[in-house]
Amino acid sequence: MSARGTRTIRTDYLARIEGEGALYVRLEGGEVREVKLRIYEPPRFFEAFLRGRAFTEAPDLTARICGICPVAYQMSAVKAMEDACGVTIDQGPIRDLRRLLYCGEWIESHSLHVYMLHAPDFLGYPGAIEMARDHREIVEQGLQMKKAGNAVMALIGGREVHPINVRVGGFYRVPTRAELRALTEPLERARQTALETVRWTSTLSIPDVELEPEHVALFDPDAYPIDHGRIASDRGLDVAPAQFDEYFVEEHVEHSNALHARLRERGSYLTGPLARYSLASGALRPVAQAAAQAAGLGATCRNPFQSIVVRAVELVEAADEALSLIEAYEPPDAPAVQVTPRPGVGHGATEAPRGLLYHRYELDEHGTILDARIVPPTSQNQRAIEEDLRAVVERHHELSDEQLTRRCEQAIRNHDPCISCATHFLELTVDRE
Amino acid sequence: MDRAGKQTLAVWKFASCDGCQLSVLDLEDELLALAEHLTIAYFIEASSASVAGPYDVSLVEGSITTLHDAERIREIRASSRALITIGACATAGGIQALRNFADVDEFTRVVYASPDYISTLATSTPISAHVAVDFELRGCPINKRQLLEVIAAHLNRRRPRVRAHSVCVECKRRGTVCVMVAHGTPCLGPVTHAGCGAICPAYHRGCYGCYGPKETPNPGSLDTWSGLEDADLVRVYRTFNAAAPDFRKASEAHER
Repeated sequence: MSARGTRTIRTDYLARIEGEGALYVRLEGGEVREVKLRIYEPPRFFEAFLRGRAFTEAPDLTARICGICPVAYQMSAVKAMEDACGVTIDQGPIRDLRRLLYCGEWIESHSLHVYMLHAPDFLGYPGAIEMARDHREIVEQGLQMKKAGNAVMALIGGREVHPINVRVGGFYRVPTRAELRALTEPLERARQTALETVRWTSTLSIPDVELEPEHVALFDPDAYPIDHGRIASDRGLDVAPAQFDEYFVEEHVEHSNALHARLRERGSYLTGPLARYSLASGALRPVAQAAAQAAGLGATCRNPFQSIVVRAVELVEAADEALSLIEAYEPPDAPAVQVTPRPGVGHGATEAPRGLLYHRYELDEHGTILDARIVPPTSQNQRAIEEDLRAVVERHHELSDEQLTRRCEQAIRNHDPCISCATHFLELTVDRE
Repeated sequence: MDRAGKQTLAVWKFASCDGCQLSVLDLEDELLALAEHLTIAYFIEASSASVAGPYDVSLVEGSITTLHDAERIREIRASSRALITIGACATAGGIQALRNFADVDEFTRVVYASPDYISTLATSTPISAHVAVDFELRGCPINKRQLLEVIAAHLNRRRPRVRAHSVCVECKRRGTVCVMVAHGTPCLGPVTHAGCGAICPAYHRGCYGCYGPKETPNPGSLDTWSGLEDADLVRVYRTFNAAAPDFRKASEAHER
């Protein structure tokens, strides 16, 4: 391949990601001129039709933004609604059940990504079904771990996709201790598989790169960030979810039906497993921390290709956390606390498997939604992914088009983008300088 | 059929959340066996390899919301022996069809700063509004057991055993005490298509209709029993199957 002249690398349908996106890269004489992660998934207007709905409807409606991480949408929604109504549920059995449900989603989503979507890149297969012809046991163990996550969601949420049991204030029905104990055995197996997954992923051939985007994640001094915390970064950001708008801005760019978020006056940033790990590896449970160390991870991780190992560590964390929540569980007196609407604004931020998910609602005195804003992780990561792609292309421009395309696709999958999520946005402020 | 004599399956996506096609991957115990009995020829969420059509069975997720997608579904129909819609978006227009009751330009302005970049139709329509459909599997999301039954039935060229009665029948079979009779909880079960297994009443909440209307429903009668105000009833019917004709009529009846 000549280093001169114009080359175009494009993939019209990105495979093994959630939703519809395309990749476009233009090189001139070895110089990268343009990198676009194009999101053409049709717009779905969630923020618009949330207006006029009851505050109690938000968990069911926003779950439909994403079939892969509906619990994340439900959790950010209920937290924002409770915040608007002056209710805090940050301890006790209802919070523990929410966290347990969220662990189920992390296990389900991360198992799917590690085994079905990402591992085939490292082992040279087009997908997990093709991979299973040579590595059936590996794929089967991934599927069984995924099933354990789904079992948690099915019991606590009522079903795996779009759970029905989450409401503002808590749940409709809470499980008995005996019901929860039925999850112990599959979760113990899942924890074992997760530990093996950390070992196995750390033996994969992982390119040695370091990227510089600011890492942004929730930070909770007491635990690894899942359902609670302030929004923090490795460059000193430390703000309450209610201050999101003061520090982050979203822009609409022509090539995408997703809005791009950035930190005001600082630019792109990255949320997701690498950011969580880099900010909170010290808060991991001992079994997850030991697994990370044995796999050769340091206290932080800036290599997006290593995200597969970090996801495996988070699988250990989620399974171990779920087991301890089940062990300690005592059913609450009532499945939900009373939440009475009042006029005002509420904010909710939680960690979806693929990164920070922020919701903001404005309610009137009847609890009718006047305004809604949802910032999904993929719109926050889109700029960082494009910068990551630019670096990949610059490093590997000598590769053939086919090899370079594969490498770019892998670089995108490193971030587990969810494009279905990213096409439903919010009312935004344009920063005009 | 592919060269090995196996039937071919394709999975397609339109405007949707990916949850129904995820149900294919949620068949953790059956997925690899399924892949031995048929060739998964096109499933972009799961594999970057694809085999050209025609396909024996196409599963279609999502609704039609752009001109480009309206064209794409015709091409998919032309290359599919059987075309099955999976889920409320593909079968009834989905939650996106809430735009059908509103001004889509206004929606675009609310969400996007530069509405000129956005290309979308004023409506979200089901696949059956564009091409002939061989079977419609209901649900937001679909039930993966029903999905397996529908795939198996089409591969064996028999009718899928999917019942069109109400969620009430499923509650009775499950032994769930009626939440409406016992607790006065409003419930769409009497007018909603079965298939989920009557999950909500078993969790002490009323059915919220995510499987869409059952065959020959009578929402007018249910609504007088529910004790809800007109404005609430409009919202109750305007969720994931808002544009399904029986639910659309039911919500419009309370708008006057």
